[in-house]
Order: sequence, then structure tokens, then C-alpha cells
Amino acid sequence: MSVELAVFVLTAAIILSGAIGVIVAKNPVHSALMLVMTLFGIAVLFLQQDAQFLAAVQVIVYAGAIVVLFLFVIMLLGVDQAEQLRTEPIGGQRPFAGVVVAGLIALLIAAVVAHSGAIGASSTSGALRQTSDTNIEVLARALFTDGVFAFELTSVLLVISVVGAVVLSRKPKRDATSGKAA
Amino acid sequence: MIATLVVTKSWYLVLAAVLFGIGATGVLVRRNPLVMFMSVELMLNAVNLTFVTFSKALNDVSGQLSVFFVLVVAAAEVVVGLGIIVAILRRRPGATADDMSELKG
Repeated sequence: MSVELAVFVLTAAIILSGAIGVIVAKNPVHSALMLVMTLFGIAVLFLQQDAQFLAAVQVIVYAGAIVVLFLFVIMLLGVDQAEQLRTEPIGGQRPFAGVVVAGLIALLIAAVVAHSGAIGASSTSGALRQTSDTNIEVLARALFTDGVFAFELTSVLLVISVVGAVVLSRKPKRDATSGKAA
Repeated sequence: MIATLVVTKSWYLVLAAVLFGIGATGVLVRRNPLVMFMSVELMLNAVNLTFVTFSKALNDVSGQLSVFFVLVVAAAEVVVGLGIIVAILRRRPGATADDMSELKG
């Protein structure tokens, strides 16, 4: 159990420092790299909770595809110059945002702590459904029985998003003087 | 719970709550649309962590199934959102979220 504690503390530190790095880094490229750090930490916590397939998917899809897409757009648009963080466009926005978010976090933690007995009741039981089969088999069985309709709908969603991305990022025909490729 | 230092499910949930709060802060404070998108990804990941934690705690694989669909929707959202950002930033470079108010016409 002490190994679990060490892994959790280390991973939590990585996740939180990465998340803070995302929102304080002036350069968007640094934000994207900090995001990779956070996503790897989340993948480790997935592994620790017997979600091996989701940990692999997390690394492949998020760190491998989504962050690369972010970096690609940053490089393509050349918006990797430092943002002016000193000036505050709307007066008092940042203190207000801090108060709102602090209240949100406090409410969530209060809810978790108030029901910690109910949540942690079965945390030490080893009788997982996932012990009989591997995680990926259990997940596949649930996906193709209970969630098969939603699974089919995701294909429609992905086609729509691909068509939308192509339409949105297409270069207008009148713009003949094209310096940057799209 | 703290005294014996056993990692319970509450620890994961609190970590997810803090991560969600950090992401919300990023969305509220930052003005670069790309960084705002990354903050939204942070919030989605916090929710994913909560899903997996409850999936383990309740011994039910449905939570992991939900994470699967969240991943798909996040990927689609990023594709379309980055397409919109590319379209806007190509027209006026260096635009921030404040400049989007010009879209009101």
C-alpha cells in the first residue's frame, strides 16, 4: 500500500504542476508541453485504478493526437509569441475568477469529504469484475452490448467533425496571394 | 483515513476537483483561444479521472465506457474548434478571445 501512496503523491504533484504550468505559461508551446505532462500523470492514475486500456488510449489519443494537433496549429499560425499577461483587460476579472474557482473547489471537496465513507467503502475489495477477464475484454463487452448505439453514433460524430474541419480551414477562393499553406 | 495514510478513492476525487478548478481558472483568465482550449482539456481529464475512480469504487465498468465516449467527443471538439481558430487567426493574426466580440456585427 505504501507503493500506491508513493505513486499517488508523485503523480498528483506531476499532474498539478503540469496543470498550473498550462495556465501560467506565456508561450502556448510551453502550455502544450505541460499539458502532455498532465495527461501522462492522468494515464498513470488510470493504470493504478485497473483501467489499463484507457491508460493506453489516453496516451495515444491525447498525448499522441490531440496535443500534436495543438502544436501543429500553434506552429502553423505562428502564434507562439509570448502573450501579454501583465495587463488585465477587464478590471477585477482575475480576483473574481479566483474567488469563483476557489468556491467551486471547496464545494467539490466538501461533497467528497462528506460522503467519503460511502465512496471508500468498497475501495479495498479485491473482487472486481475485471479480475475474471482482462480489462479490455470487459470494456469491449460493455461497449458492444450496452453502448453499441452510442458507439455507432460516434462514427457519425467523427465524420461530421472531419467534414467541419475541412470546410472551416479551407482557404477562401478569392485569397489568391497565399503565403502560408493551410 | 489520513492518519493511516491509505490512498482512498476520496484522494483521487479531490485531486480531480482541484484539476477541474485549475482548468476552469485557465478558461476564465487566459485570453489566448488555444490556451483556453487546453484548459478545457484539463477539465475534461479531471472528469475522466472521476469516472474511472467511481468505476473502480463501484466495481462497474460503465464509468470506463463513459470515459471512452468523452475521449471521442473531446477529439471531435478539438478538431472543429481548432478549425475555427485557424479560420479566425488566419484572417486577423494575434486575435484574442476579446476580439471575438467583433463577430456580433
